[in-house]
Amino acid sequence: MDMNQPVGATPLDNRPDGLVGKPIDRYEGRLKVTGRAPYAYEVREPRDPAYGFILGAGIASGRIRALQVGAARRAPGVLYVMTHETVPPQGEKSEQVFPQLQGTEIRHFDQPIAFVVAETFEQARAAAALITVQYDAATPKASLRAALPETFKPKKAQTEPDSALGDFEGAFQAAPVRLDVEYTTPPQIHAQMEPHATIAEWRGDRLVLHTSNQMLNRGRKSIATVLAIPEERVRLVSRYIGGGFGSKLQPQPEAILAALAARVVNRPVKVAMTRQQEFHVATHRTPTIQRVRLGADESGRLSAISHESWSDATPGDQFFETSANVTRSLYAAPNRLTRHRIANLNVPVTSSMRAPGEAVGQLAFECAMDELAERLNLDPIELRVRNEPAQDPEKGVPFTVRQLVPCMREGARLFGWDRRQAAGTRREGRWLVGLGMSAAARLNPLMPSSALVRLNPDGTLTVRMAMTDIGTGTYTILAQIAGEMMGLPVEKIRVEIGDTAYPAAAGSGGSFGAGSAGSALYVACDNLRRALLAKAGMNPEGADFQGGRAVSGNRSEALGDLAGPEGLEARGEIKPGSLKEAFSHYSFGAHFAEVGVDRDTGEVRLRRMLGVFTGGRILNAKTARSQAIGGMTFGVGAALMEDAVMDPRSGTFVNRDLAEYHVPVHADIPAIDAVFLPELDDKANPLKSKGLGELGICGAGAALANAIYNATGVRIRDYPMTLDKVMKGLEEQEGRGARRS
Amino acid sequence: MKAFSYERPKTVQEAAQIAAERPNARFIAGGTNLLDLMKLQIETPRTLVDVNRLPLDQVADTGDGGLRVGALVRNSELAAHPRVRREYGVLAKALLAGASGQLRNKATTAGNLLQRTRCYYFHDTTKPCNKRAPGSGCAAIGGYNRIMAVLGASESCIATNPSDMNVALRALDATVETVDAGGAARTIPIADFHRLPGDTPEIETALEPGEIITAVVLPKPVPGTHVYRKVRDRASYAFATVSVAAVIAHEGGRPKAARLAFGGLAHKPWRVEAAEAALVETGQAEAAADRVLEGAKGYGSNDFKIPLTRRTLRAVLAEIA
Repeated sequence: MDMNQPVGATPLDNRPDGLVGKPIDRYEGRLKVTGRAPYAYEVREPRDPAYGFILGAGIASGRIRALQVGAARRAPGVLYVMTHETVPPQGEKSEQVFPQLQGTEIRHFDQPIAFVVAETFEQARAAAALITVQYDAATPKASLRAALPETFKPKKAQTEPDSALGDFEGAFQAAPVRLDVEYTTPPQIHAQMEPHATIAEWRGDRLVLHTSNQMLNRGRKSIATVLAIPEERVRLVSRYIGGGFGSKLQPQPEAILAALAARVVNRPVKVAMTRQQEFHVATHRTPTIQRVRLGADESGRLSAISHESWSDATPGDQFFETSANVTRSLYAAPNRLTRHRIANLNVPVTSSMRAPGEAVGQLAFECAMDELAERLNLDPIELRVRNEPAQDPEKGVPFTVRQLVPCMREGARLFGWDRRQAAGTRREGRWLVGLGMSAAARLNPLMPSSALVRLNPDGTLTVRMAMTDIGTGTYTILAQIAGEMMGLPVEKIRVEIGDTAYPAAAGSGGSFGAGSAGSALYVACDNLRRALLAKAGMNPEGADFQGGRAVSGNRSEALGDLAGPEGLEARGEIKPGSLKEAFSHYSFGAHFAEVGVDRDTGEVRLRRMLGVFTGGRILNAKTARSQAIGGMTFGVGAALMEDAVMDPRSGTFVNRDLAEYHVPVHADIPAIDAVFLPELDDKANPLKSKGLGELGICGAGAALANAIYNATGVRIRDYPMTLDKVMKGLEEQEGRGARRS
Repeated sequence: MKAFSYERPKTVQEAAQIAAERPNARFIAGGTNLLDLMKLQIETPRTLVDVNRLPLDQVADTGDGGLRVGALVRNSELAAHPRVRREYGVLAKALLAGASGQLRNKATTAGNLLQRTRCYYFHDTTKPCNKRAPGSGCAAIGGYNRIMAVLGASESCIATNPSDMNVALRALDATVETVDAGGAARTIPIADFHRLPGDTPEIETALEPGEIITAVVLPKPVPGTHVYRKVRDRASYAFATVSVAAVIAHEGGRPKAARLAFGGLAHKPWRVEAAEAALVETGQAEAAADRVLEGAKGYGSNDFKIPLTRRTLRAVLAEIA
């Protein structure tokens, strides 16, 4: 099925009490919390694995002059030490997956320079520490701020780095009210619980990788390209994943190294990154410097919008953080400019993380809107309502469904937005209390996917696709979709995913997983329904599937009987079509946050938070809400604490463990809730659903930042808003107060 | 992790002897800090002396109204002890402000006393650090030093002691009881237990090789209001940016007696008795803060700790008043 026209009535529309949408517990939840869901590192299938350990470079720029591995080779249990001198030949870089141990050049700190394989993990790690290296070290370039003069326009990725409409500069200069602000966001680490891990096993000339990966078909292609072997000889298996947040969209170095070494030692090789390696060997989110300029009239109508973003990339790569992309579609204004620039620095690979682009872009832009509202003495919601576009302002096409205004209105009502006071006026004991809001918007893409369903003679249904579940609930929603389509309870559905041996699927990323994979499954089930009715000679007109039976007219047949002794299979496929460009595809929402700021220490604590979202048809009320509040929680992290601190002298993230790189913990997240407004998007996909995985983080941190301003009257433009920055603002404010009095 | 031998002595004496005889031996109890450091090869003991089975896990009254806390008493047990909760509130609060529930269940009193710094550069073996590799230099000076010391630091080291418990013990004037390999016992006042870095930041305490902590003794309770205020970057499981342990007794609306100790500022829990005297004398938080912060020096990203200490002390004293 190609999405060339809006979806008409579907079987999912018929049954408001059907399985789809029900708050069913995650199928694999109990398996995970009881340790029965094996992660990649724990899979027992490859027998007698050896253990690998990655040794990283101790410098961020320069060359390896010499490297002594004798002691490591002789160390107990060591089977193999792989370095740039001994690494087998490899192919080309594929997307952001790099061949490993290539030559002596060091581009970033902790870049893998050796891979030690031993009988045990401890032996491999101890032996790696025996390797000595002499470097010709160069001074690393690791400060984005310092590199601003040499930033350049990156190559087009999925989107153009620049856009322009009308005459921004002229309109901005002519605007009666102008705002010109710079916001900065720090490097961030995905901090998923399960580290990157792989067990590589060669079966003849075929490679099987048990690896923690979000997008298996893309990963297989990258692995094949980097290893220079045909794609058909590579199989990726990833049945259970302990979080990814974008860091597992692509294979990371440990997978390449394990595959290379396993062939040499002729044994399966397993490797997991240490938590410290997660900061440098795996990918991370770049810091950004963002400039937002807004020109408006006295009533708040925007005439000029500009959003520029600078980010960094590892040498030889042009990944850019698309901070300003969402700005192209969010608010109306005739004159517009967006621009992305990058610098190549001696930093690890920068890549996608939790709503790449929107997450940090809205941290800046949604605060700028708050600043403009304050300047105009206008309610921030009202400012946004006044700039609500009739269609996508840059693409010039309608939105599929856009309910930003209803989300803001409903959120305001539920949250008690009318109780918001003027900045710096509400106090409860030592706490200064403030409310803030932000809009949320996230692209809703559809990706090609395919699925296989098999109705078994016993009346159960098997679903197969190379889809993944990264903790989002994919297993569960696929069972719900198949169950409702076929009239079967979820217990009769067996979902088999996480294996490239199954039909290719989108994987989990970019908020496209449920919509894309779910739609392929929908189509497969639709085809199975037709095939069953045809086989039984039943009239498809008015036919229904319920209670494990196909019913049409006065006939009713058990599905198992219809399947026959061989069972019956059907396939389904979904592809984006002409609707992709004919409409602007976004999910929308609004965040509301209340914070307390300690007036002495500047500590900020979230007191309550609400997100109101639209995501088309909600496939599972529980997993949808969990995803939304998970995203909001990461928004709290971005606003208040997440900060991978780069020491530019050494190109090193210094706080590289979870004791010093802070993400919110339970005590940081008090009353938090997410609600969804009713919506169906018939131009998105046959499920009429929209992506939700990343919507929760988009704008969430900005709502907190705006609440901090409302609490204190102090505007901080440098994320995260840690107590030292807030306290400094409070001190300056007190100083001004003292001078006035 | 380097290979090591493992010993599980049955008596305190035996433990001390093994530790004294073997080069580079370490006692292990909860292991919440040591094991992390061993994985990173920051600690590379050749012998681990497991003291968990030694009879040092009791809390007992001393004859003179104080409390003797066995070296192996877990942080969570100590925080929950009825007398600690009732009479040593500042200690109970400090303990509960530290780490996480899981860690407090494992971590011991002596282990917490010996907890090592969180300095980022100490934790990165590719960087110079005089504490980890004496003579190699200090990467924190001129680097990112938001969590580093502003008092008592040296050109060799600006690391801080990360413990919350130690700050409360300092305010309470606790003493540390030890036994050495020869069986000799001694008592070390908490003020002398932790050292300033000076030229030898690798030497962090007054303990001699093989000397083993057997108990921490709390003198009889200090009357007054007990407060532990920890200023932190998130609500749970974060080390203090600055913390204040305060025990203040009032009379006629003025402080009559004061104990003030600070965490996050130095290589050891920081206490300036002259500041306490100034507070009692003037009743002014500013007067006390001036004394506490005498000689304070920021290194860039930790400059904020100086005004933060002043503001936190002011808030704590206002809260108690």
